[in-house]
Amino acid sequence: MPVKPAVGTPAEVTQGSRTGGGVGESTLRPDGILKVTGEFAYASDMWHEDMLWGQVLRSPVAHAEILSVDTGEALATPGVHAVMTYDDLPTGVRTYGLEIQDTPVLAHGRVRHHGEPVAIVAADHPETARRAAARIRVEYRELPLVTDESSATAPGAPLLHEDRADHRAGHVPHPNVVHRQPIVRGDVAAARGRADFVVEGEYTFGMQDQAFLGPESGLAVPAEDGGVDLYVATQWLHADLRQIAPVLGLPEDKVRMTLSGVGGAFGGREDLSMQIHACLLALRTGRPVKIVYNRFESFFGHVHRHPARIHYEHGATKDGRLTHMKCRIVLDGGAYASTSAAVVGNAASLSAGPYVLDDVDIEALALYSNNPPCGAMRGFGAVQACFAYEAQMDRLADAVGMDRVGFRQLNAMSQGTVMPTGQRVDSPAPVAELLRRVKAMPMPPRRQWLAAGEQADVRELPGGLSNTTHGEGVVRGVGYAVGIKNVGFSEGFDDYSTARVRMEVVGGEAVATVHTAMAEVGQGGVTVLAQIARTELGVVRVTIQPADTRVGSAGSTSASRQTYVTGGAVRNACGLVREKVLELGRRRFGTYHPAWATAELLLEGGRVVTDGGEVLADLADVLGDEAVEVEEEWRHRPTEPFDLRTGQGFGHVQYSFAAHRAVVEVDTELGLVKVVELACAQDVGKALNPLSVIGQIQGGTVQGLGMALMEEIVVDPGTAKVRNPSFTDYLIPTILDTPDLPVDVLELADHHAPYGLRGVGEAPTLSSTPAVLAAIRDATGLELNRTPVRPEHLTGTA
Amino acid sequence: MRVSLTVNGRAREADDVWEGESLLYVLRERLGLPGSKNACEQGECGSCTVRLDDVPVCSCLVAAGQAEGREVVTVEGLAALAGRRAARGAPDGPDGPDGPDGQGGQGGQGGPGGPPGEGATRLSPVQQAFVDAGAVQCGFCTPGLLVAADEMLERNPAPTDADIREALSGNLCRCTGYEKIMDAVRLAAARQGEAVRPCP
Amino acid sequence: MDFLRPASWEEALAAKAAHPAAVPIAGGTDVMVEINFDHRRPEHLMDLNRIGELGEWEVGEESVRLGAAVPYTAIMEHLRGELPGLALASHTVASPQIRNRGGVGGNLGTASPAGDAHPALLAAGAEVEAGSVRGSRLIPIDAFYTGVKRNALAADELIRAVHIRKADGPQQYSKVGTRNAMVIAVCAFGLALHPASRTVRTGIGSAAPTPVRARTAEEFLNAALDEGGFWDNGRSITPSVAQRFAELCSAACNPVDDVRGTAGYRRHAVGVLARRTLAWTWESYRGTAAAEGGV
Repeated sequence: MPVKPAVGTPAEVTQGSRTGGGVGESTLRPDGILKVTGEFAYASDMWHEDMLWGQVLRSPVAHAEILSVDTGEALATPGVHAVMTYDDLPTGVRTYGLEIQDTPVLAHGRVRHHGEPVAIVAADHPETARRAAARIRVEYRELPLVTDESSATAPGAPLLHEDRADHRAGHVPHPNVVHRQPIVRGDVAAARGRADFVVEGEYTFGMQDQAFLGPESGLAVPAEDGGVDLYVATQWLHADLRQIAPVLGLPEDKVRMTLSGVGGAFGGREDLSMQIHACLLALRTGRPVKIVYNRFESFFGHVHRHPARIHYEHGATKDGRLTHMKCRIVLDGGAYASTSAAVVGNAASLSAGPYVLDDVDIEALALYSNNPPCGAMRGFGAVQACFAYEAQMDRLADAVGMDRVGFRQLNAMSQGTVMPTGQRVDSPAPVAELLRRVKAMPMPPRRQWLAAGEQADVRELPGGLSNTTHGEGVVRGVGYAVGIKNVGFSEGFDDYSTARVRMEVVGGEAVATVHTAMAEVGQGGVTVLAQIARTELGVVRVTIQPADTRVGSAGSTSASRQTYVTGGAVRNACGLVREKVLELGRRRFGTYHPAWATAELLLEGGRVVTDGGEVLADLADVLGDEAVEVEEEWRHRPTEPFDLRTGQGFGHVQYSFAAHRAVVEVDTELGLVKVVELACAQDVGKALNPLSVIGQIQGGTVQGLGMALMEEIVVDPGTAKVRNPSFTDYLIPTILDTPDLPVDVLELADHHAPYGLRGVGEAPTLSSTPAVLAAIRDATGLELNRTPVRPEHLTGTA
Repeated sequence: MRVSLTVNGRAREADDVWEGESLLYVLRERLGLPGSKNACEQGECGSCTVRLDDVPVCSCLVAAGQAEGREVVTVEGLAALAGRRAARGAPDGPDGPDGPDGQGGQGGQGGPGGPPGEGATRLSPVQQAFVDAGAVQCGFCTPGLLVAADEMLERNPAPTDADIREALSGNLCRCTGYEKIMDAVRLAAARQGEAVRPCP
Repeated sequence: MDFLRPASWEEALAAKAAHPAAVPIAGGTDVMVEINFDHRRPEHLMDLNRIGELGEWEVGEESVRLGAAVPYTAIMEHLRGELPGLALASHTVASPQIRNRGGVGGNLGTASPAGDAHPALLAAGAEVEAGSVRGSRLIPIDAFYTGVKRNALAADELIRAVHIRKADGPQQYSKVGTRNAMVIAVCAFGLALHPASRTVRTGIGSAAPTPVRARTAEEFLNAALDEGGFWDNGRSITPSVAQRFAELCSAACNPVDDVRGTAGYRRHAVGVLARRTLAWTWESYRGTAAAEGGV
């Protein structure tokens, strides 16, 4: 593959009167240089004179009554400044949660999952804190476990949360069900009668971890006004704040949050981790407190992707038309609700996939159990279903006797298709075209391990450096998959963002400053916000302020939504600033040129110009000593909740689509897999930053590859304990597991969205996994109804 | 205990070091050099990679006391290392441009920061290539990858793709899918090659 | 915790005698993980990095005396000719960073059944040189592994070197993991042909409580090769012999089900690896023998 030329830095690309570095260009990250020099301050890099180290004591068992907690010996340890348990919490608010406030800040009388926080310690050195935590004596009496649907709903099953009073409680079939969403549309019985082929399948999806590299960390600094300053890595500052402040008994303006550097998120930082604990210890000791999880603790410190049991039935006619679909998706939400309800909504509403299906009977639900809590991860409920329905599509195509891609294209949805929820898709949905593009890409050469000569290069073979094959047993397979993901928060959620934009003259040049609370988690949002400001305000220099709670909420860096929503908010605020600047210009210079009053005026290249290109004034002259500033909220069009019985409703803002082709080589004797190429075609509406868009697609693709082949948190069914909380045994792909990732980007504008853009980040995580699975099935002829697929499954030794 | 070592060419000392501390902890928490990262602390991710007497190692697995009297180069010292190589006539290409261009980042500037550290204002060729190729997303793996990639290019100035993948197989990245990292290392190698080729 | 820094081998032995529970640390790739994750808090940590001789090796007539702390990278780069099996095994160890620090002494000290070096040492034939203030002794590799993460060292002993027989024929090493790099063995297999003695030796990793040899398989193959005159006639090994050898290697396993793999898979995979490594080494032997005009 040829080396791509470096693209220009924003400072170099002012051409003509157009402002360079704007929307559509591959401008470079503003934080890139700090990140390559090691100066970028991540949450775990925070440091303060006099700071203490916080440590959490966690439950060693999954379900138990706490009979007693004795902190005496821990408190007496030299160097220990505080030990806190549930009894030390300062207010009556002792639980938190994104949607349902069911998660104890510290365990109260009972632990519901392995690794649940029981007590916290602050000490002058991390080792002192660890030793002290180990000296806290906790007596547990173990309780019966809930680990799956049958143990959750059996008569007399232990209830995870007795006396549920949350707003979902009245609508669930059992108190151990967090939320259930049926979707019924058309007449499945009648449609089934038209089917010539009916295919049923039972699928299992393992528990995936976000495995972001920067562990949960932060620093809480007590302030003189009785408040606290918190520097933390999160996905949504204001949602954290809303949950933290009441537990501390402080008004929200006394909990000042600043985003520190975030080492990846992928959904795993939506829920709180160390935030409240650090603040409690800081307020208790009067000293700054830093908490840094290690990798072991990180596996207990955040929610995971829901594992799922999925049942599908699809029918098709002889000529390959889908007739109907029935599906049941059971997600394991673990001990606390987190975002389970929203995941259920997504799983149900996207379970038909990107296909025309008018007759459906769908049920999705999430359980409470004693397994680790599950919640948000990239793809959010759409991933599990896609793995299963894409397996179904291959089986249906085979039953009908059609080409697998052709079968999908025949049944592909398009603009105007009505979703199972009754929502008409009102922007491009180029599903068939994406499949065509990904299929049209050239195939990688065969026997690539002999490219360098006679000797097999094991690095190009299944097993890699472990030297397991020199070509023996190796069979190639090719698989395709396509998926559909919603963009933005759904089901009537008031999804908005806030932007503060300021324009003023600095050093003789008009400069824009953009302040939002958007969490930059690596996705490149800061790059795109600056590009938007350049395009809208015609300036070259844009400063992105650190994200904090001194500006209004930006919503979450989730759901592929930030470029859409915070990008939309910045564009909107820039438009308001532009109007004010032009007003200022008219006041100052309007009498000198009639175009001030008559022409369409633009800000470009640091000047006010007419739409005909005539320069009216320098922005620096227009602004003079004045600064123009606007802070404004911006919303995308509203959605509505799904009906609780029928699932009907205009639930989603936007849909996004990606298709993958996987080429794999399987060592069929050892069950080892080498992905040779994983190609993706995705519609992004409008690529605001093509370089970043491709980076998102490739990153999402490889997370899907990991889910296909190696990533799974293994929970012992007998104890509900996590068996592999480490990077030794929870494996994510290395660079040697990762193939070439060609990407074909399609840009069909969605006119409801700013610049026509479509959220990018999640769709590629959906179709990657089923494409790899399909390729392995193609190579081996095995059914493979679970992911990740392990060597045991490919060799009949499971 | 006290640990004395040379870091990025400077003699440094750390006092009151607990015997179980790693070199990584000493660099990050005692010497104001948090560039080396703490992603797994079990040698599985490479984000803490430094050079110990020239050799790339996981600093999380070096006991602090083992670094006594030894030379360490961290990501913060990469630009200077490249400068020294260039001065010796080794293939390193032109110096990178100057540092931050006045645009605000995020995070990095928001907190109370670290103890006084060593600012690196210029970029080594491999650092510049990572920025240019879009190889940085969250950036947490970046310092370790840079140290590993820089050392590989020192040994093997014209690596094949398989060579690059093997040399970087101890460095996990969760954001990029590695393709842009491959691009960056290829770019650094190509620029390095151009720099040593005589002008026509 | 005390940090001991012996400057010489004699100082190290004295320290170990004084503090038998002291944990020696060289590459740190096992010990530091346990310390970082709070699995171990020894009273004394003893750094061996200052003892230069532990990082050196000597190539002798019959064997290589490999210092306990010679990093895997050096074995891969410098001892590929003398110790091909161990060099291949070294290449499968974790990552470049780990191979730059870790060495065979650490593998032996930890004595994990999953240690990558063990099958190669068993197949090549080796002796562990252990020292204490009481003197030094050579422990045959076959007697070294005594249980899960247990070895034949006395409390006051340290590993100084490993004496590994120089290869007199082709050697191979394969390891199965669920990732293409940086992975702990689900199972591993080492095989060495010893044309001089007309024997074959094996080593199996991660498929029994300790690293083991597949002795019955070796005996079967030695007999089959002998009876068929294979060492002399240079014929390819018949599929039925290879298959029986593979089955006997599988049968030598006594694996567990764990988070890395099932016992059934381990048994199966060891058989596949045995068959493949036998084919690779034997074809290489035939090629070499043909080139030397032997057959």
